[in-house]
Amino acid sequence: MTAVEDRAGTAAAPEKEIGRARRRKEDARLITGRTTWTDNMVLPGMLHLAVVRSPVAHARITSVDVSAAREAPGVVAVFTGKDLAEEQGSLPCAWPVTPDMVNPGHPSIAVDQVNHVGEAVAVIVARSKAAAQDAVELADIDYEPLPVVLDMEQAVQDGADLVHDHLESNTSYHFVFDAGEMGTGGDTEQAFSGADVVVSRRFVQQRLIPAFMEPRSVVVQPQGDNYTMWSATQIPHILRVMAAMVTGIPEHKLRVIAPDVGGGFGGKLQVNPEEILCLLIARRLGKPVKWTETRSESLMTAHHGRDQVQFVDVAADREGNIKGLRVRLLADMGAYLRLITPGVPALGAFMYPGIYKFPAYRFECDGVFTNKVPTDAYRGAGRPEATFAIERIMDELAVELGMDPLELRRKNWIDAAEFPFTTVAGLAYDSGDYESATQQALELLGYDELREEQRRRRESGDPVQLGIGISTFTEMCGLAPSRVLGSLAFGAGGWEHASIRMLPTGKVEVVTGSTPHGQGHETAWSQLVADSLGVPFEDVEVLHGDTAISSRGLDTYGSRSLVVGGSAVVKAADKVIAKARKIAAHLLEASEDDLEFEGGKFSVRGTPGTGLGIQEIALAIFAAHDYPEGIEPSIDAEATFDPENFSFPHGTHLCAMEVDTDTGFVKIRKYACVDDVGTIVNPLIVEGQVHGGLAQGIAQALYEEAVYDADGNLTTGTFVDYLVPSAADLPHFDTGNTVHAAPGNPIGAKGVGEAGCIASTPAVVNAALDAVRHLGVTDIRMPLTPERVWRAIHQGGDGGDRATAGSNAYGGAQTETTAGVATDASSLGGDR
Amino acid sequence: MTPITVRVDGATCADDVEPRTLLVHYLREQLGKVGTVVGCDTSNCGACTVHLDGEAVKSCTVLAVQADGSEVTTIEGVASGAELHPVQKAFHEMHGLQCGYCTPGMIMASIDLLQDNPDPSDDEVREGIEGNLCRCTGYQNIVRAVRCAAAEMRGVSNGHVSPDHVSPAVVDTAAAPHVAAQQ
Repeated sequence: MTAVEDRAGTAAAPEKEIGRARRRKEDARLITGRTTWTDNMVLPGMLHLAVVRSPVAHARITSVDVSAAREAPGVVAVFTGKDLAEEQGSLPCAWPVTPDMVNPGHPSIAVDQVNHVGEAVAVIVARSKAAAQDAVELADIDYEPLPVVLDMEQAVQDGADLVHDHLESNTSYHFVFDAGEMGTGGDTEQAFSGADVVVSRRFVQQRLIPAFMEPRSVVVQPQGDNYTMWSATQIPHILRVMAAMVTGIPEHKLRVIAPDVGGGFGGKLQVNPEEILCLLIARRLGKPVKWTETRSESLMTAHHGRDQVQFVDVAADREGNIKGLRVRLLADMGAYLRLITPGVPALGAFMYPGIYKFPAYRFECDGVFTNKVPTDAYRGAGRPEATFAIERIMDELAVELGMDPLELRRKNWIDAAEFPFTTVAGLAYDSGDYESATQQALELLGYDELREEQRRRRESGDPVQLGIGISTFTEMCGLAPSRVLGSLAFGAGGWEHASIRMLPTGKVEVVTGSTPHGQGHETAWSQLVADSLGVPFEDVEVLHGDTAISSRGLDTYGSRSLVVGGSAVVKAADKVIAKARKIAAHLLEASEDDLEFEGGKFSVRGTPGTGLGIQEIALAIFAAHDYPEGIEPSIDAEATFDPENFSFPHGTHLCAMEVDTDTGFVKIRKYACVDDVGTIVNPLIVEGQVHGGLAQGIAQALYEEAVYDADGNLTTGTFVDYLVPSAADLPHFDTGNTVHAAPGNPIGAKGVGEAGCIASTPAVVNAALDAVRHLGVTDIRMPLTPERVWRAIHQGGDGGDRATAGSNAYGGAQTETTAGVATDASSLGGDR
Repeated sequence: MTPITVRVDGATCADDVEPRTLLVHYLREQLGKVGTVVGCDTSNCGACTVHLDGEAVKSCTVLAVQADGSEVTTIEGVASGAELHPVQKAFHEMHGLQCGYCTPGMIMASIDLLQDNPDPSDDEVREGIEGNLCRCTGYQNIVRAVRCAAAEMRGVSNGHVSPDHVSPAVVDTAAAPHVAAQQ
């Protein structure tokens, strides 16, 4: 009763928005089809582009004949590499991870050599998309084949064939982090030479494709010497700066708009060749142009992710105290360095120690060129690879020591009382409690019962065995402190910007520099502002993704939006209140010091009944008839937030897996995870982000792999072959949270976008291995296809390559499209 | 060019099309029905799903000329005026979408599924929409949404659907109560 009366007594105080499962504002247009995808754009006189792409992985271009294409009905112009060579510059690489990193340059369109299948060699411009596509077939281009470099381990050998024959080797860079040398740990060689136990493994991070659902699309409208570009991008602000630098179009003459964007996952964190080509061609023709890719083009030419070979050594004593960690990586760059290609494995360098107290650590990575499409950011970018390696090798160490894998982890992880904790990699982990997340996850999974069932199945020799996999992970999020990025040689800062406009009618416009593409910024930012300013959630509108509206920003990636961008919004709201306070004091004829601000209202302390709402002040200052001397008549404000540290979400992910030893079929029986992402602004959105991350992490473990044949053709070039999981392929997820607020930002948020993807992959693989380890299986290569699992069980080894090594086979069969595209039957739209 | 007459979202459209034109391209490029989107070129993703004479089809697998004389309903035509279709409402309530690109097709496929099976289990929903790919949600909230819509369409009062302040997480995971306790 008391509670009820209390609530009645303070009926005016609105419910806190932060923590509330608000339904998303974004949904209204998305569930009704009233969206503004880039490909929906139609402009008067707009021309359509189609790209002629290389059907071969490595070749000199010996002749280009586009005369027939030029004559085709509806074709307005055709551009070849030579036509654009003088003005195309090089696509930017913003992350030279070492001072001597070799960057061969990245033309948007090939001029005299192609280095991967799908590289642009000519562009058709036509009145309709169909006409442009038809004319692609008429381009006649001759290639003189060069040796194709595909395997990283071969590519780094002396005398290997070269991807770029003007370079000395296929190695772009050699990046080293040595804790001993950096003063953040002991000597690694010493740690290993004196260790009781050393476990060494080679793990393969297969190549993945981000596979956002909305294909990339670009529209460029020239207006005199001004250009407006609409692009399905995660990074309109970065794209604008980079496109200006590449093309020479002055930055202030270029406006970039990311309208509704259908997913990115790092795949749209890029300055794409086609974005530059659209700009160049719109400039040449003075007409608006549009390019929208097909799914096949997307899978073949949009950047890929992962593709690393990891050599991991861990040293420990017999009691299970870890002594040292050594990691050597080969990271496949593909044929060129795109925006942050070289930085992805280097970013991972700092996460290999995971949540454990290693006294010594050394990391080395070679970035290697091959004749494949470049790799770059994909959900997690470096951190999933690191988490996989450490969580897999901790299991291997546990097996070697005969210890329970959870006990080994407990023995070595950072205790809750030890935060903040500086790791051997030099990162200051901010907050958390690995034990409580683990306890909660074990309960959620029903760990003890499943262990008992596992024992029963094992004893009875059940053909379907059960395993439980553990992943206790952390990640560095909230990219990023600008000074730290500077020390890592990243080409930009990591701050974020926001501004708040108080409209005369009391409505609020929030402008954010963090550009969403499915994350729900409009909803979450509204919740932040509603709490800060005490205005109704419905009165807030969030504007984003247009460089003419959102003047400053660094966009969305690295689980940074709420942590950095949301914090900028909160800081801007603080400034609005500070400015409004002066007006309120003036209008209420009180001292500023006597004013309190609560529930959107200024009132004079101890004087009930007085008060002035911030929305009323917005109207008063719009009229500006009566305001104090010496201040500007506005309560609008902007803020830039630059965090001083990363944030470190963590969690425990548990997977129970059934493995049919007769067929190799694996099935997730149950998946439970407890994530600590700091303060939760909207539990609905947080849960959704975890679900989506889990789907992608599980897909790496079980389904997805970009496969190239021996000629460098992508054989997984459609959704028939590249297995993005469907609803029937994924389990129900049981999710939970612990909450330890991040101390480094005013919200206390740590970031959630990548957590599920980073944590889940090793949990799934560890689970499968736990099910069949007693049969002598020690590793299975991802993805865990039934064939690989069966082979690992019945033939030993890790299940082997998916395509037979060095062949053009795909799944044992040779089809027209996998037989090598140097034939007339090329389906790639190129040289027919 | 071939003349066709199609009723699309309640309006009669008489147009000349190239015989090779796919229904989805006719809808988007000639009629401006851009709510229906293209996600792939192999009929795997289902983003372009519409109803052709009441049944879900991937409009990239149908030629526009095949729709001659037929009734097409797109995502733009499923609401009754301002009143959303129960499946649209449930996708919103259950957070069954993130970027929203697959959503039109996913909603159209789900409506068709519920016509065939008004009370599907989780597994039946998962099987029923497996021709539609979503890269954002991990599908769990889509499954919830379809089942909640099913309940509403059957006229069953369902505690999951309406309470405004309760996360679906409360229903079957430990997430929200824990969060609530921490706030």
